[in-house]
Amino acid sequence: MHEQIIFSIFCILSFGFAAKRFFAISRNINLGVDWAPNSTPLEKWKNVVFIAFGQKKMFTKWLPATLHLFIYVAFIFTQIELIEILVDGISGSHRVFLPVLGSFYLFIINFIEVLSLLALIGTFIFLARRNLLKIPRFQSVELKGWPALDALIILLAEIVLVSFIFIMNTADVALHQESYQFFLSGFLVPLVQDFDTNTLHLLERVGWWGHIIVVFGFIIYLSYSKHLHIIFAFINTYYANTQPRGKIENMPAIMDEVKSLLGIAESNSDTNQLPDFGSNDVFNLSWKNILDAYTCTECGRCTEVCPANLTGKKLSPRKIMMDIRDRADEVGKKLDSGDVAFCQDKNLPLSPANFSDGLSLFSQISTEEIHACTTCNACVEACPVLINPLEPIIKMRRYEILTLSSGPADWVPLFNSLENNQAAWSLSTERSAWIADVND
Amino acid sequence: MSIQVPIYSTLYNEGISPEILFWVGCAGSFDTRAQRVTKAFCTILNKIGVSFAVLGEEEKCTGDPARRAGNEFLFQMLALQNIQTLNQYGIKKIVTACPHCFNTLKNEYPELGGNYEVVHHTSFLNGLISDGKLKLKGGGSFLGKKITYHDSCYLGRINGIYEAPREILEALDADLVELKRCKSNGLCCGAGGAQMWKEDEPGSGRINQARATDIINSGAEIVAANCPFCITMLQDGLTSDSSEKNIMVLDLSELIVQQL
Repeated sequence: MHEQIIFSIFCILSFGFAAKRFFAISRNINLGVDWAPNSTPLEKWKNVVFIAFGQKKMFTKWLPATLHLFIYVAFIFTQIELIEILVDGISGSHRVFLPVLGSFYLFIINFIEVLSLLALIGTFIFLARRNLLKIPRFQSVELKGWPALDALIILLAEIVLVSFIFIMNTADVALHQESYQFFLSGFLVPLVQDFDTNTLHLLERVGWWGHIIVVFGFIIYLSYSKHLHIIFAFINTYYANTQPRGKIENMPAIMDEVKSLLGIAESNSDTNQLPDFGSNDVFNLSWKNILDAYTCTECGRCTEVCPANLTGKKLSPRKIMMDIRDRADEVGKKLDSGDVAFCQDKNLPLSPANFSDGLSLFSQISTEEIHACTTCNACVEACPVLINPLEPIIKMRRYEILTLSSGPADWVPLFNSLENNQAAWSLSTERSAWIADVND
Repeated sequence: MSIQVPIYSTLYNEGISPEILFWVGCAGSFDTRAQRVTKAFCTILNKIGVSFAVLGEEEKCTGDPARRAGNEFLFQMLALQNIQTLNQYGIKKIVTACPHCFNTLKNEYPELGGNYEVVHHTSFLNGLISDGKLKLKGGGSFLGKKITYHDSCYLGRINGIYEAPREILEALDADLVELKRCKSNGLCCGAGGAQMWKEDEPGSGRINQARATDIINSGAEIVAANCPFCITMLQDGLTSDSSEKNIMVLDLSELIVQQL
């Protein structure tokens, strides 16, 4: 009975705290401006099924994709066991599904054990790839500190989690030789066969409680971690843009303004209200850009193929996404603090519309980084969960050029010749001069 | 051989509407290297008697570099003026030898009110070859020659056109060797996103030199390309490499024109 009460309290506390965290993240995402994908429901679900569920883009690298698949499939099937643990924990039963499912239950547990072993192997190889083999994309400067620790914590937690499953199952097999035919943990039984029944019961409880405590911790930890992708990959692929990749988002306000300048259309914009163009903070990114940032697993496939990064420039698409998430978290935290110091207008209450902390995306992302982009879309192509790092880069360029009226000095002659000669170069010859040449 | 390049307004005033508008682009008009591509493409059009015209002085930059640099105002100025011109002539089909112009005309003009069938010259030429309208001398100068192909970002990864250029190379009897990074994994030449007009940000190397290394490692004698900016960048990259053995960077139309 004590166990049930303690379990229920654990359950409520961890789910409650996790819910609070997820509401905060959802609020942070919604700090961005409204945006709607133009994809059809069929396209949306296709992306979810093939890209997120089916891991299609992961398999451009078959080795990490296969190892990741072990962990992913193990994770999905372990949910069955997890449901059982929840039911057992609350009701005080023990392996409540066994009498109901009979031999099918044995099959499921055996299947989960095989997957858990594969996941364990995958986890060890992942640890080696990050810490021994030093795969270049895991050595980037933006991973120093918390991101590297985050990756390590997740992998170690996976090992602990799987270990608890095997401790629990092995003890149970030793206690119920006849009915619990778990093949893999059966191999481990000789390790515990000298233990008396009480010790075995205790061992089983250690495995059971250890497992569920790691799970509870994980639910909360997710919200602070890159591991959030286990949920957000599905949401992000659902909302991914399916319009042509080469189409940069239009700015209707400017289009209308230019149309009226050219006399094509009447101006319907309020000239007294000059909006900021482009993005310098989470408030003028789209909510999808922020969702992208929370979805990022920091795998670095984008940075690995970025031509600017490959030639030693500061730009790293992964860092752009990480900086956006950090900024969204920072703004969220400050909004939650209610501190009037963050009010733009001190006479009004703190709110997303009345917020200023003197910082922006440019506090983390230098212009040197955004100037280095060739818009080649290699990062967009590489992302396994359809994040678009190019979009915020363009939006920050827009802010710099249109709102701050600054930018690379080299672009001034380009803009001048585009404005004065409607050509990318200012040359004394006419555009059609080449025709005289060929007609000779 | 003298080739004819009609101006759209002239034909329009005579009541003739050509089948296609050849969009030349800034590079194709002003850059001496890219002008050779423009001429090669016009030569092919003349040879097989495609009815075409160019806008001449009425053509303006599509706005691609302005938009990608973040100067949306300038982009809109250029794009809306181009759309006015194109719509005024009732233009239906545009062919261009520049993948940046191609992308902007095809993907970005519709939302601004410009709806046309836009074809990159690579696809257009491949279509002519497969229709039998454009006949190449088989077993010609490219027979057995190692040719590699550089996927431009804006034709390849961004617009998904990987096969048309390769089919052309096949039709030329060339021995196509792929670069290590090709198709959706192709490495940029370094010019896109208005980089063409600015110095590199500080780094350890240049993108075009990295790509030149890929090309040298392929062992090819010729690099086929489909973009005037790639051609400039790759040629510069190759020239700066001391181990370079006179590898030529040529547009697909320049290869075809040699086999007419």
